Parts: sequence; C-alpha cells; structure tokens
Amino acid sequence: MSITDAIDCDIHPGVPTIKVLLPYMSDYWREAFIARGQDGFQPASYLPNSPISCRPDWRDGDAIAGSNFDLLQKHALDGFGSRFAICNVLYGGSFSISETMAAAICAAVNDWVKAEWLARDPRLRASIVVPTQNPRLAVEEIERIAGDRRFVQILMPVALDMMLGKEHYWPIFEAAVRHSLPIGLHAGSLYRYAPTTNGWPSHFLQDYVGNNHAFESQLLSLISQGVFVKFPDLKVVLIESGVTWLPGFLWRSRKTWRAVRPEVPWVNESPIDIVRRHVRLTAQPMDGPADPAVLERVINQIGSDDMLLFASDYPHWQFDGDRVLPDGIPSRLIEKMARDNPLATYPRLQETIQ
Amino acid sequence: MAKHVIATLAEIPPGSQKLVNVKGRAIAVFNVAGELFGISDACPHQGGSLAAGATVGLTTSVKPGEYCHSRPGEFVRCPWHSWEFDLRTGQSWCDPRKFRTRPYDLSVELGDTLIAGPYVAETFGVSVEDQYIVVEL
Repeated sequence: MSITDAIDCDIHPGVPTIKVLLPYMSDYWREAFIARGQDGFQPASYLPNSPISCRPDWRDGDAIAGSNFDLLQKHALDGFGSRFAICNVLYGGSFSISETMAAAICAAVNDWVKAEWLARDPRLRASIVVPTQNPRLAVEEIERIAGDRRFVQILMPVALDMMLGKEHYWPIFEAAVRHSLPIGLHAGSLYRYAPTTNGWPSHFLQDYVGNNHAFESQLLSLISQGVFVKFPDLKVVLIESGVTWLPGFLWRSRKTWRAVRPEVPWVNESPIDIVRRHVRLTAQPMDGPADPAVLERVINQIGSDDMLLFASDYPHWQFDGDRVLPDGIPSRLIEKMARDNPLATYPRLQETIQ
Repeated sequence: MAKHVIATLAEIPPGSQKLVNVKGRAIAVFNVAGELFGISDACPHQGGSLAAGATVGLTTSVKPGEYCHSRPGEFVRCPWHSWEFDLRTGQSWCDPRKFRTRPYDLSVELGDTLIAGPYVAETFGVSVEDQYIVVEL
C-alpha cells in the first residue's frame, strides 16, 4: 500500500564524489584531499552496484545512488507524496579512522546538505552526521549545526569503536538532550572491526543480516549502563534495523534482568518499559514472513503503538512499486507511523521554518 | 487462625533458614539477625524452593555505577531464576504487582504458653524456658 502526506524518516542523499564537499572544507583539508587523490568513501554496506544500494527504476546510469537532487525530489518527495523527509547521509566521515578527517568530512557533509539539499526543497530535513571517533569533536559539530532547526537528529552508525552506553560517549548524549535531538543509529559500522564475536564473515549476506547483533548489543548497552537513567529525556531511533527482531530480544532482556537485577541496580524498571519509552524504530525494511497475519502478530508483540516510524529508505531497494509498507501492518498503526510518531520523536518537525 | 509450633529457636539460629511443613503447607523460615520471617516456600514464578535460596540485602541505585546496599539479609533469591523476594512482605522486587509469595506471621513464644503441636512429643526433657518458633495459620 502507498501512504501519502507521510513523514519519511529515512532517505539517503548520496555524495557523488569528495569533490562536491571540497568547497565546504577548510583550506587544509581541501588541499589534503586533492593531494591524496582519495575518493569513493561510500560505505561498504552500499557498494555502488549492489542491488540494495539502489532500486533499478531509481538508478541514474552509473551515478552514485541518491546523488541527483532532481531524481530524489521526483521519486522520494513527489513520488511518495511525503510531507517531510529526513536526509541521512551515509558517508566516509562516519567511519574514517582519522578523528580529524572524520570531523572534516562530517562538517563538510552537513554544510553540503544544508546548501544543496535543504535549501532547495522545504520538505527536506536532515540528521547531523558526527565523528563518534572522538566524542569531543562530535559535540563540537553538534554545537556548530544544531542551531539550524532543519536538522532534527544526530546520526551515527549503530556499530562503533566500543559499546555505545559507556561513559566515553556520554558527552554526545548530553549535547543531544540539551538540543532536544534524538540519536539515530543507522545500520552499518566503522567497517574495521569484526562484525561478529566469531570474527569476520565471508559474505555480504552475513554482514548485512548481522547488523542485528549490533542493534541488540548497542541497545542493551544503553540500557545496562544506565544511559536512560542519566539522560531521562534521551530518545534513540534505530534506523534500517528490520524491526521484527525486537520482541524476542525484549523478552530475553527482561527475563535475564529479573534474575541479575542487583548487578545493574540503576536499571530500576523492566528493559521493556525503558525501550517503549526511549526507543523508536524506522519501519523500512520490515523483515517479515510471507503471511501478513504473522507479521501483524509480531508487530503487536512489540506492545506499543508509539514506536514505529514510517520510512522509505530511498533509494535502497527494500520494496517494489509503491508497496512501501508490507501487508500485515495493523491499520490502526499506519496513521501513527506516518505522522504522529515522527512528530513526537522529532519535535523540530512541528516548527515552522522561516 | 491457629498457632503451630514449627521449630525451636535454637534450630534456626540467626543467619539460617529452614523448610518446614505445617498442615500440608511448605513454609520457608528465615532468622534474620534474630528477627523471624516465614514465607510460602514455592516461588510464585515457577515453584522453586525459596528455603533453598540465598538471602541477600537490597541493592538499589539512583546513579549509574553507584550501588546502595541496605536491609542486609532481608531478601531471598529463588535458587531457580534468582528472583528477589522481600521477606517482610513476600513481594517480588522486579514485578511487585504481579508476583508475591505469601508471608506468614511468625512469633517467638515461651514454651508454657503453647498449644500442643508437632513438637509436643519432642519437648520431652526440654525445659519450659526453651523458646519455640510458632507460626499462625
């Protein structure tokens, strides 16, 4: 089914080449990238020719997926009839090994998004991409950009240098809460740590499916380390996670918490209650069975109508035609997913932009 | 309600616990620093024996990384899934609304005020100053 006038909580403008970012960089970094001749910082999860990177009818020849503004406007904004769409740029700054290069690329991406995307269509909003490789630099970037109310979220890959709940990252949460910005955790990583506890998978199949490990571990880290106790106003959005892994994970977390509660005494309520209050998920893709009735049961097992956010994940190939939502999503949820939940999760969407 | 002798005080010294049966009901009895508690032995979760569980204090926290310990020995953790039960109220800590084990009123009474119970036969040769643990049910 198609949904019009929805708030699309995950679209991906693509950086075509580092060259488009150079005008937004300092003299030093412009010179550095030219001297090094480095380019092609697309994340390995979305290699240019891989099917997931771009739906065939959205492809623009050999161009990097999502890099053409006119096509994004035509497909994602006009095509879906969306009220707003949140731009989540997945690019090298988020996973550079060098902290300073990370900060330079992230800043250039944020300025590029402002100038060449947000400025050109009032329906567009964006996430601030930040260098988690150095939380102090991430906070600097948040402080630099957060005043522009079209930025509605702070974005990072879900898998990082270490467990996200550790105090190492708390300055980022403190800045997020100060600016009333949710933290968006997107499928992906820094691409330099083994994505499993048993080492490196040999195939993309394993790597992409294995994002679930990262979503579970990071979510449980946030809960166990007391991040939601320390930052009671913090909201976290899990983006492109697949959704249906959640109920079983919640049951297992609650069951184990009841047994080992004194180990984490600051977790003073069930992990399920914590997640229902603080965590949201974009509903693209929805990893479901063929039978819509089964998918409906799984969604109901999440036990909250407030958690799912409509998203197309444009231009990633997650659905064909206009079947942006699979059959089986309870009808009572669709309106909430398309408008109420995004507005509640991203309060800045309710503001009129001057 | 009737009073039943379930043990002598000497059988359950401070820091110890004992499973007793009274009128077909299994009761776990705990002596916490001289104060006596009795709760239904069957854990309301899946029936584990609370008399076999470890007693612990209460651990709470208002700040990640900090531990506040209080009420030493006043909780028992079921040996099966480690659920914590408050010996004073029978309440499960994690889900107090849904799970509680039934507490029993215990008191320590002097021998010459007792109504005859299972220990009557065994009091032979025991002085009347001995203290008995009595349960009311």
